[in-house]
Amino acid sequence: MSHPALDHDRSPGTPSNPSSPLNPYDLSDPSVGADAAPASGFLPSADPLTVGDREFASRLIMGTGGAPSLEVLERALIASGTQLTTVAIRRLNPRVQGSVLSVLDRLGIQVLPNTAGCFTAGEAVLTARLAREALGTDWVKLEVVADERTLLPDPVELLDAAETLVDDGFTVLPYTNDDPVLAQKLEDVGCAAIMPLGSPIGSGLGIRNRHNFQLITARARVPVILDAGAGTASDVALAMELGCAAVMLASAVTRAQEPELMAEAMRYAVSAGRLASRAGRIPRRHFALPSSPEEGRARLDPERPAFE
Amino acid sequence: MTVSPPVTLTVSVNGEPRQVPDGTTLDQLVATLTTAPGGVAAAVNEAVVPRGQWPATALSGEDRVEVLTAVQGG
Repeated sequence: MSHPALDHDRSPGTPSNPSSPLNPYDLSDPSVGADAAPASGFLPSADPLTVGDREFASRLIMGTGGAPSLEVLERALIASGTQLTTVAIRRLNPRVQGSVLSVLDRLGIQVLPNTAGCFTAGEAVLTARLAREALGTDWVKLEVVADERTLLPDPVELLDAAETLVDDGFTVLPYTNDDPVLAQKLEDVGCAAIMPLGSPIGSGLGIRNRHNFQLITARARVPVILDAGAGTASDVALAMELGCAAVMLASAVTRAQEPELMAEAMRYAVSAGRLASRAGRIPRRHFALPSSPEEGRARLDPERPAFE
Repeated sequence: MTVSPPVTLTVSVNGEPRQVPDGTTLDQLVATLTTAPGGVAAAVNEAVVPRGQWPATALSGEDRVEVLTAVQGG
Protein backbone atom coordinates (compact mmCIF):
# COMPACT_ATOMS: atom_id res chain seq x y z
CA MET A 1 0.00 0.00 0.00
CA SER A 2 1.34 3.40 -0.90
CA HIS A 3 1.82 5.83 1.94
CA PRO A 4 -1.39 7.77 2.45
CA ALA A 5 0.39 11.02 3.10
CA LEU A 6 2.06 10.85 -0.29
CA ASP A 7 -1.17 10.30 -2.12
CA HIS A 8 -1.92 13.99 -1.92
CA ASP A 9 1.23 14.68 -3.85
CA ARG A 10 0.73 12.15 -6.59
CA SER A 11 1.13 13.84 -9.93
CA PRO A 12 -1.89 13.93 -12.25
CA GLY A 13 -2.18 11.08 -14.67
CA THR A 14 -0.75 8.41 -12.40
CA PRO A 15 -3.68 6.93 -10.55
CA SER A 16 -2.69 4.30 -8.03
CA ASN A 17 -4.99 1.68 -9.47
CA PRO A 18 -5.85 2.36 -13.10
CA SER A 19 -7.73 -0.92 -13.48
CA SER A 20 -10.33 -0.10 -10.83
CA PRO A 21 -13.68 0.89 -12.33
CA LEU A 22 -14.44 4.57 -12.12
CA ASN A 23 -18.15 4.01 -11.92
CA PRO A 24 -19.36 1.94 -8.99
CA TYR A 25 -22.64 1.28 -10.80
CA ASP A 26 -20.91 -0.37 -13.75
CA LEU A 27 -21.99 -3.96 -13.20
CA SER A 28 -20.11 -5.34 -16.19
CA ASP A 29 -17.44 -6.48 -13.77
CA PRO A 30 -19.05 -9.21 -11.66
CA SER A 31 -16.66 -8.53 -8.77
CA VAL A 32 -18.24 -5.10 -8.35
CA GLY A 33 -21.75 -4.78 -7.05
CA ALA A 34 -23.74 -5.77 -4.05
CA ASP A 35 -21.13 -8.25 -2.87
CA ALA A 36 -18.45 -5.56 -2.79
CA ALA A 37 -20.30 -3.32 -0.33
CA PRO A 38 -19.06 -4.70 3.02
CA ALA A 39 -15.36 -4.55 2.15
CA SER A 40 -13.16 -6.34 4.66
CA GLY A 41 -11.38 -3.14 5.58
CA PHE A 42 -14.54 -1.51 6.78
CA LEU A 43 -14.65 -3.42 10.02
CA PRO A 44 -12.55 -1.45 12.50
CA SER A 45 -11.38 -4.69 14.08
CA ALA A 46 -9.76 -5.59 10.78
CA ASP A 47 -7.63 -2.45 10.97
CA PRO A 48 -6.65 -1.95 14.60
CA LEU A 49 -4.66 0.92 16.02
CA THR A 50 -1.54 -0.28 17.81
CA VAL A 51 0.01 1.95 20.46
CA GLY A 52 2.77 0.48 22.58
CA ASP A 53 1.71 -3.07 23.38
CA ARG A 54 -2.04 -2.45 23.05
CA GLU A 55 -4.47 -2.71 20.16
CA PHE A 56 -7.59 -0.61 19.79
CA ALA A 57 -10.44 -1.13 17.36
CA SER A 58 -11.35 2.57 17.73
CA ARG A 59 -9.07 5.25 16.37
CA LEU A 60 -10.75 8.01 18.35
CA ILE A 61 -9.20 9.02 21.66
CA MET A 62 -11.50 11.15 23.75
CA GLY A 63 -10.93 13.70 26.46
CA THR A 64 -13.34 14.27 29.32
CA GLY A 65 -12.83 18.00 29.91
CA GLY A 66 -15.55 20.51 29.22
CA ALA A 67 -18.57 18.22 29.54
CA PRO A 68 -21.46 19.89 31.35
CA SER A 69 -22.12 16.78 33.44
CA LEU A 70 -20.97 13.21 33.91
CA GLU A 71 -24.25 12.00 32.40
CA VAL A 72 -23.70 13.96 29.18
CA LEU A 73 -20.10 12.80 29.14
CA GLU A 74 -21.08 9.17 29.48
CA ARG A 75 -23.54 9.33 26.59
CA ALA A 76 -20.96 11.09 24.41
CA LEU A 77 -18.28 8.53 25.21
CA ILE A 78 -20.63 5.70 24.29
CA ALA A 79 -21.57 7.42 21.01
CA SER A 80 -17.91 8.02 20.17
CA GLY A 81 -16.98 4.35 20.44
CA THR A 82 -13.70 5.34 22.09
CA GLN A 83 -11.58 2.83 23.98
CA LEU A 84 -8.97 5.24 25.36
CA THR A 85 -9.86 8.45 27.18
CA THR A 86 -7.91 11.09 29.06
CA VAL A 87 -8.35 12.46 32.56
CA ALA A 88 -6.48 15.20 34.38
CA ILE A 89 -4.79 14.87 37.77
CA ARG A 90 -5.87 17.46 40.32
CA ARG A 91 -6.11 18.04 44.05
CA LEU A 92 -8.76 15.88 45.66
CA ASN A 93 -11.85 17.88 46.52
CA PRO A 94 -13.83 16.10 49.29
CA ARG A 95 -17.02 17.93 48.27
CA VAL A 96 -17.10 16.61 44.68
CA GLN A 97 -19.67 13.92 44.08
CA GLY A 98 -19.25 11.31 41.36
CA SER A 99 -16.09 10.37 39.60
CA VAL A 100 -15.03 10.39 35.99
CA LEU A 101 -13.12 7.21 36.81
CA SER A 102 -16.29 5.33 37.65
CA VAL A 103 -17.76 6.34 34.28
CA LEU A 104 -14.71 5.06 32.38
CA ASP A 105 -14.65 1.91 34.47
CA ARG A 106 -18.32 1.23 33.80
CA LEU A 107 -17.79 1.66 30.04
CA GLY A 108 -14.63 -0.47 29.97
CA ILE A 109 -12.57 2.43 28.57
CA GLN A 110 -8.85 2.52 29.25
CA VAL A 111 -7.92 5.61 31.25
CA LEU A 112 -5.11 7.83 29.95
CA PRO A 113 -3.94 10.37 32.53
CA ASN A 114 -2.52 13.62 31.21
CA THR A 115 -0.13 16.14 32.68
CA ALA A 116 -2.22 19.16 31.72
CA GLY A 117 -1.29 22.27 33.64
CA CYS A 118 2.42 21.44 33.91
CA PHE A 119 4.91 24.07 32.76
CA THR A 120 8.18 22.29 33.52
CA ALA A 121 9.59 18.82 32.93
CA GLY A 122 9.87 18.34 36.68
CA GLU A 123 6.18 19.04 37.30
CA ALA A 124 5.16 16.78 34.43
CA VAL A 125 7.32 13.87 35.56
CA LEU A 126 6.01 14.11 39.12
CA THR A 127 2.41 14.35 37.87
CA ALA A 128 2.91 11.27 35.67
CA ARG A 129 4.30 9.32 38.61
CA LEU A 130 1.38 10.39 40.80
CA ALA A 131 -1.03 9.34 38.06
CA ARG A 132 0.67 5.97 37.88
CA GLU A 133 0.18 5.59 41.62
CA ALA A 134 -3.43 6.72 41.56
CA LEU A 135 -4.60 4.89 38.46
CA GLY A 136 -2.26 1.93 38.15
CA THR A 137 -1.29 2.75 34.57
CA ASP A 138 2.12 3.56 33.16
CA TRP A 139 0.55 5.27 30.17
CA VAL A 140 0.69 9.05 30.15
CA LYS A 141 -0.39 11.75 27.76
CA LEU A 142 2.47 14.12 28.31
CA GLU A 143 1.67 17.83 28.21
CA VAL A 144 4.20 20.51 29.11
CA VAL A 145 2.95 23.89 28.02
CA ALA A 146 4.75 27.20 27.71
CA ASP A 147 2.05 29.67 28.66
CA GLU A 148 -1.60 29.91 29.67
CA ARG A 149 -2.69 32.03 26.74
CA THR A 150 -1.76 29.69 23.90
CA LEU A 151 -1.22 26.42 25.79
CA LEU A 152 1.43 25.66 23.18
CA PRO A 153 3.92 22.97 24.16
CA ASP A 154 7.34 23.96 25.48
CA PRO A 155 9.52 21.81 23.23
CA VAL A 156 12.61 21.84 25.44
CA GLU A 157 10.78 20.84 28.62
CA LEU A 158 8.63 18.36 26.71
CA LEU A 159 11.55 16.44 25.24
CA ASP A 160 13.30 16.42 28.60
CA ALA A 161 10.23 15.02 30.38
CA ALA A 162 9.57 12.48 27.61
CA GLU A 163 13.08 11.06 27.88
CA THR A 164 12.85 10.80 31.68
CA LEU A 165 9.46 9.10 31.61
CA VAL A 166 10.43 6.62 28.87
CA ASP A 167 13.48 5.67 30.93
CA ASP A 168 11.14 5.25 33.91
CA GLY A 169 9.08 2.68 32.01
CA PHE A 170 6.18 4.87 30.93
CA THR A 171 4.33 4.55 27.65
CA VAL A 172 4.57 8.20 26.63
CA LEU A 173 2.16 9.94 24.26
CA PRO A 174 3.43 13.52 23.95
CA TYR A 175 1.30 16.51 22.99
CA THR A 176 3.67 18.37 20.70
CA ASN A 177 3.93 21.21 18.25
CA ASP A 178 3.35 20.34 14.58
CA ASP A 179 7.12 20.37 14.16
CA PRO A 180 8.57 17.47 12.13
CA VAL A 181 12.00 17.84 13.75
CA LEU A 182 10.65 17.71 17.28
CA ALA A 183 8.38 14.81 16.31
CA GLN A 184 11.42 12.86 15.17
CA LYS A 185 13.29 13.62 18.39
CA LEU A 186 10.33 12.50 20.50
CA GLU A 187 10.21 9.27 18.55
CA ASP A 188 13.95 8.83 18.95
CA VAL A 189 13.75 9.04 22.75
CA GLY A 190 11.16 6.27 22.73
CA CYS A 191 7.71 7.84 22.73
CA ALA A 192 4.96 5.38 21.78
CA ALA A 193 3.12 7.90 19.62
CA ILE A 194 3.42 11.50 18.42
CA MET A 195 0.52 13.84 19.11
CA PRO A 196 0.92 17.07 17.13
CA LEU A 197 -1.54 19.89 17.60
CA GLY A 198 -3.63 20.99 14.64
CA SER A 199 -4.19 24.36 16.32
CA PRO A 200 -4.35 25.57 19.93
CA ILE A 201 -6.28 23.52 22.50
CA GLY A 202 -9.97 24.33 22.45
CA SER A 203 -9.65 26.68 19.47
CA GLY A 204 -11.55 24.54 16.98
CA LEU A 205 -9.36 25.96 14.20
CA GLY A 206 -8.60 22.58 12.65
CA ILE A 207 -5.24 21.71 11.11
CA ARG A 208 -3.43 24.96 10.35
CA ASN A 209 -0.36 23.43 8.71
CA ARG A 210 -1.31 20.44 6.60
CA HIS A 211 2.11 20.23 5.08
CA ASN A 212 3.79 19.76 8.45
CA PHE A 213 1.34 16.96 9.24
CA GLN A 214 2.27 15.26 6.00
CA LEU A 215 5.97 15.64 6.77
CA ILE A 216 5.42 14.12 10.21
CA THR A 217 3.20 11.22 9.13
CA ALA A 218 5.42 10.38 6.16
CA ARG A 219 8.43 9.79 8.37
CA ALA A 220 7.10 8.58 11.71
CA ARG A 221 7.31 4.90 12.59
CA VAL A 222 4.99 5.31 15.58
CA PRO A 223 1.34 6.36 15.37
CA VAL A 224 0.76 10.06 14.70
CA ILE A 225 -2.34 11.26 16.51
CA LEU A 226 -3.95 14.65 15.89
CA ASP A 227 -4.22 16.31 19.28
CA ALA A 228 -6.01 19.59 19.76
CA GLY A 229 -7.71 21.86 17.29
CA ALA A 230 -10.41 19.64 15.82
CA GLY A 231 -13.63 21.63 15.65
CA THR A 232 -15.90 19.44 13.59
CA ALA A 233 -16.03 16.18 11.67
CA SER A 234 -14.27 17.42 8.52
CA ASP A 235 -11.19 18.38 10.58
CA VAL A 236 -11.03 14.82 11.86
CA ALA A 237 -11.47 13.22 8.45
CA LEU A 238 -8.74 15.47 7.06
CA ALA A 239 -6.34 14.44 9.82
CA MET A 240 -6.83 10.79 8.95
CA GLU A 241 -6.45 11.54 5.23
CA LEU A 242 -3.14 13.26 6.00
CA GLY A 243 -1.91 9.99 7.45
CA CYS A 244 -2.74 10.28 11.13
CA ALA A 245 -3.32 6.93 12.80
CA ALA A 246 -5.88 8.34 15.23
CA VAL A 247 -7.44 11.54 16.51
CA MET A 248 -7.66 12.85 20.05
CA LEU A 249 -10.30 15.43 20.89
CA ALA A 250 -12.42 16.71 23.74
CA SER A 251 -13.81 20.23 23.36
CA ALA A 252 -15.19 19.61 19.88
CA VAL A 253 -17.54 17.07 21.44
CA THR A 254 -17.98 18.13 25.04
CA ARG A 255 -18.64 21.77 24.16
CA ALA A 256 -20.77 21.07 21.09
CA GLN A 257 -24.43 22.01 21.41
CA GLU A 258 -25.28 18.30 21.21
CA PRO A 259 -22.24 16.41 22.53
CA GLU A 260 -23.67 12.96 21.88
CA LEU A 261 -24.45 13.78 18.23
CA MET A 262 -21.02 15.29 17.66
CA ALA A 263 -19.39 12.27 19.25
CA GLU A 264 -21.13 10.04 16.76
CA ALA A 265 -20.10 12.36 13.93
CA MET A 266 -16.48 12.14 15.05
CA ARG A 267 -16.66 8.37 15.19
CA TYR A 268 -17.76 8.20 11.56
CA ALA A 269 -15.32 10.93 10.51
CA VAL A 270 -12.38 8.93 11.88
CA SER A 271 -13.55 5.82 10.04
CA ALA A 272 -14.26 7.72 6.83
CA GLY A 273 -10.89 9.46 6.85
CA ARG A 274 -9.06 6.26 7.63
CA LEU A 275 -10.78 4.38 4.81
CA ALA A 276 -10.12 7.23 2.38
CA SER A 277 -6.49 7.30 3.41
CA ARG A 278 -6.10 3.60 2.81
CA ALA A 279 -8.05 3.76 -0.44
CA GLY A 280 -5.77 6.38 -2.00
CA ARG A 281 -7.42 9.49 -3.31
CA ILE A 282 -7.55 10.49 -6.96
CA PRO A 283 -4.96 13.02 -8.11
CA ARG A 284 -5.96 16.66 -8.10
CA ARG A 285 -6.41 18.07 -11.65
CA HIS A 286 -6.64 21.59 -12.95
CA PHE A 287 -9.29 20.73 -15.54
CA ALA A 288 -12.13 18.28 -15.71
CA LEU A 289 -11.75 14.63 -16.56
CA PRO A 290 -15.03 13.16 -17.81
CA SER A 291 -16.25 10.11 -16.02
CA SER A 292 -18.75 9.26 -18.76
CA PRO A 293 -17.38 7.71 -21.97
CA GLU A 294 -16.43 10.02 -24.81
CA GLU A 295 -17.41 7.40 -27.37
CA GLY A 296 -20.89 6.46 -28.48
CA ARG A 297 -22.47 9.86 -28.09
CA ALA A 298 -25.54 10.47 -30.26
CA ARG A 299 -25.23 12.97 -33.09
CA LEU A 300 -27.76 15.68 -32.30
CA ASP A 301 -28.21 18.87 -34.25
CA PRO A 302 -27.65 21.68 -31.74
CA GLU A 303 -29.59 24.08 -34.03
CA ARG A 304 -32.78 22.07 -33.61
CA PRO A 305 -33.55 21.65 -29.94
CA ALA A 306 -36.15 19.04 -29.10
CA PHE A 307 -38.19 21.45 -27.03
CA GLU A 308 -39.14 25.07 -27.54
CA MET B 1 12.80 21.68 83.28
CA THR B 2 11.69 19.55 80.33
CA VAL B 3 10.00 20.91 77.25
CA SER B 4 7.05 18.77 76.28
CA PRO B 5 6.70 18.12 72.54
CA PRO B 6 3.89 19.91 70.74
CA VAL B 7 0.74 17.86 70.55
CA THR B 8 -0.17 19.13 67.13
CA LEU B 9 1.72 19.70 63.91
CA THR B 10 0.98 22.18 61.18
CA VAL B 11 1.19 20.66 57.74
CA SER B 12 0.10 21.92 54.35
CA VAL B 13 -2.59 19.76 52.74
CA ASN B 14 -3.32 20.65 49.12
CA GLY B 15 -2.08 24.15 49.79
CA GLU B 16 -4.10 24.75 52.98
CA PRO B 17 -2.51 24.82 56.44
CA ARG B 18 -3.88 22.13 58.69
CA GLN B 19 -3.37 21.09 62.32
CA VAL B 20 -2.94 17.36 62.86
CA PRO B 21 -2.01 15.39 65.99
CA ASP B 22 1.63 14.54 66.34
CA GLY B 23 2.22 11.05 64.97
CA THR B 24 -0.44 11.32 62.29
CA THR B 25 0.37 9.09 59.35
CA LEU B 26 -0.35 9.74 55.71
CA ASP B 27 -3.11 7.12 55.48
CA GLN B 28 -4.91 8.74 58.43
CA LEU B 29 -4.68 12.14 56.78
CA VAL B 30 -5.98 10.89 53.42
CA ALA B 31 -8.87 9.12 55.19
CA THR B 32 -10.10 12.51 56.39
CA LEU B 33 -10.45 13.61 52.76
CA THR B 34 -11.86 10.54 51.03
CA THR B 35 -12.96 7.00 51.62
CA ALA B 36 -12.30 5.99 48.01
CA PRO B 37 -10.39 2.72 47.93
CA GLY B 38 -8.41 3.76 44.86
CA GLY B 39 -7.80 6.48 42.33
CA VAL B 40 -5.87 8.61 44.82
CA ALA B 41 -2.16 9.43 44.99
CA ALA B 42 -0.16 11.38 47.53
CA ALA B 43 3.12 13.25 47.50
CA VAL B 44 4.94 14.58 50.55
CA ASN B 45 7.39 17.38 49.85
CA GLU B 46 7.27 16.68 46.10
CA ALA B 47 8.06 12.97 46.53
CA VAL B 48 5.53 10.32 45.55
CA VAL B 49 4.58 8.05 48.46
CA PRO B 50 3.20 4.70 47.21
CA ARG B 51 -0.11 3.81 48.81
CA GLY B 52 1.39 0.80 50.53
CA GLN B 53 3.76 3.08 52.45
CA TRP B 54 1.11 5.52 53.69
CA PRO B 55 0.61 3.78 57.08
CA ALA B 56 4.32 3.89 57.73
CA THR B 57 4.70 7.53 56.69
CA ALA B 58 4.45 9.77 59.77
CA LEU B 59 3.99 13.43 59.00
CA SER B 60 6.39 16.08 60.25
CA GLY B 61 5.75 19.74 60.90
CA GLU B 62 5.80 21.93 57.79
CA ASP B 63 5.36 18.92 55.48
CA ARG B 64 3.74 19.79 52.18
CA VAL B 65 1.21 17.10 51.34
CA GLU B 66 -0.55 16.87 48.00
CA VAL B 67 -3.47 14.46 47.68
CA LEU B 68 -4.53 14.05 44.06
CA THR B 69 -7.11 12.22 42.01
CA ALA B 70 -8.40 12.00 38.46
CA VAL B 71 -10.84 14.66 37.27
CA GLN B 72 -12.43 15.49 33.94
CA GLY B 73 -9.76 16.88 31.67
CA GLY B 74 -7.93 16.69 28.40
